[in-house]
Amino acid sequence: MRYLPLNTNDRNAMLDVVGVRSIDDLFLDVPKSARIDGLIDLPTHQTEAQVDAAMTALAGKNRAAGAGPFFIGGGAYRHHIPSSVDHLIQRSEFLTAYTPYQPEISQGTLQVLFEFQTQVAMLTGMEVANASMYDGSTACGEAVLMACRAKRRKKAYIASGVHPHYSATTKNVCKFLDITLDIAPSAPSRDSAVLENLDKDTAAIVVQSPNVFGEIVDLTPYAEAAHAVGALLIAVFTEPVAFGAIKSPGEMGADIVVGEGQSIGVGLNYGGPYVGLFACRQKLVRQMPGRVCGETIDAEGNRGYVLTLSTREQHIRREKATSNICTNSGLCTVAFSIHMSLLGEAGLRILAQINHEKACQLADMLSAIDGVELVTDTFFNEFTLRLPKPAHEVVEAMVGNNVLGGLAASRLMKGQDDLLIVAATETNCDEDMNAFVSALTEALS
Amino acid sequence: MSVMNNQGRQTTPTQTAVNEVETVSGNKGLSQRELLIFEVGTPRRTGVDFPERIGTKNRLGGQERTSEIGLPGLSEPEIMRHYVRLSQKNYAIDLGVYPLGSCTMKHNPRLNEKVARLAGFADLHPLQPQSTTQGAIELMGTLAHWIMTLTGMPAVAMSPKAGAHGELCGMMAIRAALDAKGADHKRRVLVPESAHGTNPATAVQCGFTIDSIPATDDGRVDMDALKAKLGDDVAGIMLTNPNTCGLFERDIIEIAELIHGVGGYFYCDGANFNALVGRVRPGDLGIDAMHLNLHKTFSTPHGGGGPGAGPTVLSDALSPFAPVPRIEQEGDTWKLVEDVEDADGDSFGRMTAFHGQMGMFTRALTYMMSHGSDGLKQATEDAVLNANYIQASLSDVMSPAFGGICMHEALFDDSFLKGSGVETLDFAKAMIDEGYHPMTMYFPLVVHGAMLIEPTESESKAELDRFIAVMRSLAQKAVSGKHIDMFKAAPIYAPLRRLDETQAARKPVLRWTSPEA
Amino acid sequence: MKYTQDHEWIKIEGDIAIVGISVHAAKALGDIVFVEVPEVDAEFEKGDDAAVVESVKAASEIYAPLSGTITAVNEALEDAPETVNSDPEGEGWFFKISISDTSDLEGLMDADAYAAFLETL
Repeated sequence: MRYLPLNTNDRNAMLDVVGVRSIDDLFLDVPKSARIDGLIDLPTHQTEAQVDAAMTALAGKNRAAGAGPFFIGGGAYRHHIPSSVDHLIQRSEFLTAYTPYQPEISQGTLQVLFEFQTQVAMLTGMEVANASMYDGSTACGEAVLMACRAKRRKKAYIASGVHPHYSATTKNVCKFLDITLDIAPSAPSRDSAVLENLDKDTAAIVVQSPNVFGEIVDLTPYAEAAHAVGALLIAVFTEPVAFGAIKSPGEMGADIVVGEGQSIGVGLNYGGPYVGLFACRQKLVRQMPGRVCGETIDAEGNRGYVLTLSTREQHIRREKATSNICTNSGLCTVAFSIHMSLLGEAGLRILAQINHEKACQLADMLSAIDGVELVTDTFFNEFTLRLPKPAHEVVEAMVGNNVLGGLAASRLMKGQDDLLIVAATETNCDEDMNAFVSALTEALS
Repeated sequence: MSVMNNQGRQTTPTQTAVNEVETVSGNKGLSQRELLIFEVGTPRRTGVDFPERIGTKNRLGGQERTSEIGLPGLSEPEIMRHYVRLSQKNYAIDLGVYPLGSCTMKHNPRLNEKVARLAGFADLHPLQPQSTTQGAIELMGTLAHWIMTLTGMPAVAMSPKAGAHGELCGMMAIRAALDAKGADHKRRVLVPESAHGTNPATAVQCGFTIDSIPATDDGRVDMDALKAKLGDDVAGIMLTNPNTCGLFERDIIEIAELIHGVGGYFYCDGANFNALVGRVRPGDLGIDAMHLNLHKTFSTPHGGGGPGAGPTVLSDALSPFAPVPRIEQEGDTWKLVEDVEDADGDSFGRMTAFHGQMGMFTRALTYMMSHGSDGLKQATEDAVLNANYIQASLSDVMSPAFGGICMHEALFDDSFLKGSGVETLDFAKAMIDEGYHPMTMYFPLVVHGAMLIEPTESESKAELDRFIAVMRSLAQKAVSGKHIDMFKAAPIYAPLRRLDETQAARKPVLRWTSPEA
Repeated sequence: MKYTQDHEWIKIEGDIAIVGISVHAAKALGDIVFVEVPEVDAEFEKGDDAAVVESVKAASEIYAPLSGTITAVNEALEDAPETVNSDPEGEGWFFKISISDTSDLEGLMDADAYAAFLETL
């Protein structure tokens, strides 16, 4: 077995040192009834070439996003990732290191985390950020729990337009904690109902912008309404590239900002691993979940970094921890940070502008098709169309033309059968857009 | 006269004794100082080229960003240097023994990385029509089959994103099962004192209270104490097996029966499943739920703290409550059931957006297929043998916490250091100067000054022998009392000396701010 | 000055008790990095978690040693938690709480009894 260095002579010599006769003697604490004789019924070992071939064949059964026109968003976006990002995250020292609990020999990871936290705070317009959560949806759930802790209140509202998977994930983490969570039904229209239902028991309201339909939402009235009753505004996003073009949630009064960082550096990966971004105001920092890296000095006065504020975390605070999270999205934070450092503010602004222009172009092309209506009048790189036919049938029909032409809203929210959510990024060329127009026209005819 | 080459260059070194010098640059040969990106980049520079812009009207609805963001950019060559220099300040499995107990730092096969990057897996959107992702769902289904077969369990929830998330999945299934029975009074969860911190933190997130069970002198669950704590209000137990002392819980079947006897459920923390794969199936021990850490047991890399993946196996009693998405197969067609309303049974809900850590699934399945049932079993045996070899080879100079045969990790306490002035922390930092990552320290909490060593199966005997020789030498130096300054000063050969964690926590500086601000 | 078995001290001034942690506790915790004090007017039952004191690697709850209402808190600890290390039984006080039931004070140890208690640990 190519991964196992010991040979039979080694094993025998080592058994002698241990003072037992056979490997079986090391498993005597296992109850007899639970010991397995022989091998478990699974295939035996294979060569690297065999496994490579089998997995490549399996991968070949999928239609890769890049293998043709592709316009799906809905919380994960296809962007070009510079080659240097993937090269660097495969450095052994990043890839095969553990959590940086020994700071003297983990300064690489720690400095990247410090830079990452700063980048996330800058991007979201917040004061501090943590070293990542699993993804945007779980970060959203943690944000609601954090608001309830900070405010000592047990009620929260999720506004219409928050990604239904995020609402569902949040509902799930609240369900056994006596937190009342009101989730507005998803529909492509601004809902102001939430603003009227707030009271002094409300810990937070959760608003997404751009929302799941692609609409850009002014968070200011939500912030004012929340603050008027002493509650927090949790701003959610799924497309961080948007903040190269639109105001940051921090500028609009958000107290906690959470979202998905996948667009920057991480790739689609069929849904994971992604990287949850989590930022908040300084005064809330001790209620924050997850790891945090901070600056300090070493014994000789050199600047260095350590994991800090650990008393919030499960390995010290146990049942009183702010969260049970341990492993986070380590390597994805490195990828995010490298890609963001390549972009810089200048690059992010151009990237955002190109995404927006592509979406505007595509929205004009598609809404010119007979019977197709653009229902989102503001958007960044994703918009929603109303079709004269059930969208999921249209999506399937377009697959026949090798066009992955958007996301049927009904996949995320039942009852919105005629809505098609379409994303465009810098990866979409004119030929792809023309193919999409043809395929949609054909599917609707 | 020394040999001169044809450029007149001397090729044998001059024998001169020079103490460490302060270099002008602050660099020390290959060890390079590196500033923060905010100090080397500027917001006006970018390392990415873009196509020509089209220029259309904007539809941002008056929400255009006018403020500065401040994010610095760097060109690609500058980026390469920045991150390569930083990487060189990290220890890694690929550099040497990484004996962190409970963390399972084993070799990460590079085929796994290659497979995970195949476009058919990596460049696949989670919301593509399922007809276009059949291979991906099949991969999830195949991995689920391997997991269920290795654990002997009838169901697995694939979506949890890491071990602690898997614990949450399992405990939520338990809570949902209790709620379905109307067992509102069952809220107490028994957790051994030696448990990972995630266990109590997770139970509380499911609305349970924690009741701690002490350990016996031989490092296992105190059965008398356990029996005394049983009662009708017990919702279940969370138990790691092998436990965090590296010992197999001999009474585990009886524990399962006792818990089931009061109508509770048995959550097994699967963090140490790597000691059992191929030799013991948790399903044969009477458990109801257990997460797997794919990034530990099945070697998807740790990546400096993540990402992980925590698929969670469930018993027949709990499987109806499993979260969505669920994987189903009808004939040749694979399907993901994404909505709670469409799922069989009484799913407790959704744990995350989309379907789980696909990038980890590809790596884990590649690892499993490479090893096969025979290789997985051999890996388990080698991991246990390596740990016992270390324990046996160090037991005369260090102090094994419990003695006897251990499983995949060897636990020592600090009694051998008593009176030496050297503490566990100092001992660990001295290992850094010897080129090793320290073992897990001060965990589990049931042992004073704990040192938990997990070598994994990836170490050769020669590597173990070198490690043992160094550990013996350090232990002897520590107890001799003659080298206390060395231990207290360690590490001195790391990129930095010991860091001031007190200052970091008292006045937290969690981000860079411009000196002009 | 009276002490509890949880290593808290109580100084009674009229119907108000001042509460902090003992020299022994401050030493055992090591460098204190953060203190979370309760809000003024918060009400506690004897034994409730009233404050938290944290070192780098540990967090300890401070229990209300008696039932009552918080009348004042030591806000200076927010910026200077190290005061708890330098002067635990003086400037490093945590909070003042009204005494609602004097029977809560029964069973507290005086300095000698506390010193004897420490010997038994």
